Amino acid sequence: MPTASQQTSICNTLGLHARPAMQFVDVANQFKSRVTVYTGGEEPGEADGKSVMQMIILAATEGTPLRIEAEGEDAEKAVATLVELVENKFGEV
Amino acid sequence: MKLSEIIIKDAIQPELAALDRDGAVRELVAALAVAGALPESAVDEVVAAIIKREQNGSTGFGKGVAVPHVKHSKVKAMAATLGRSIGGIDFAALDHQPVYSIFLLLSPENQPQQHLQAMNIIFSNLQKDMFRRFLRQCPTREAIVELLDEADSGK
Repeated sequence: MPTASQQTSICNTLGLHARPAMQFVDVANQFKSRVTVYTGGEEPGEADGKSVMQMIILAATEGTPLRIEAEGEDAEKAVATLVELVENKFGEV
Repeated sequence: MKLSEIIIKDAIQPELAALDRDGAVRELVAALAVAGALPESAVDEVVAAIIKREQNGSTGFGKGVAVPHVKHSKVKAMAATLGRSIGGIDFAALDHQPVYSIFLLLSPENQPQQHLQAMNIIFSNLQKDMFRRFLRQCPTREAIVELLDEADSGK
């Protein structure tokens, strides 16, 4: 099974609050691949990128390092799309 | 951060009277105002902001729970409370199921980290099957407070 992984970080001021978490999950669900998100920093975390609750529990603030991994036939596209979403600040500031 | 640090115990509603989302939100915000966590004069504005937030995307993330919340200039210190609905409430939840436990969170503006920490502690507990099940079975405010304390000490 193809896998893909990319490092990025949270760059919107409000961090990964409920709305961006839902947006992330919505986008992740457009892909067949399994998506996993790892946060770095003081309290490392791991979340299923298709679970809103798990994503919110990450409590990723602005500047938190993030690694997005995907496993599946569309893994590469999934990671690229999700990284773009994060780096576009989920449409926020 | 612990649940007991953010949940205003006197505002807990073990049996919500409201049968719909907007009514439940109003009941919980009003209870927070009565408990002194929010000025009475701000209730209408805060309720409207929470409902607007819900309309943009339900905080009913499934499993019978919802976490309506807002960051608002009239909120000076973070405050949360919770309500139980015996019959269940339509919260336009992602799984289309009724909601039985509602955590309502009010955050001041410009404190995004604190807000994320509060959401973290609320959802960390709500994700546990046992916590959700026990919460649904707590008949009184005292029982809910006890459950929250147990959840905190289990951390």
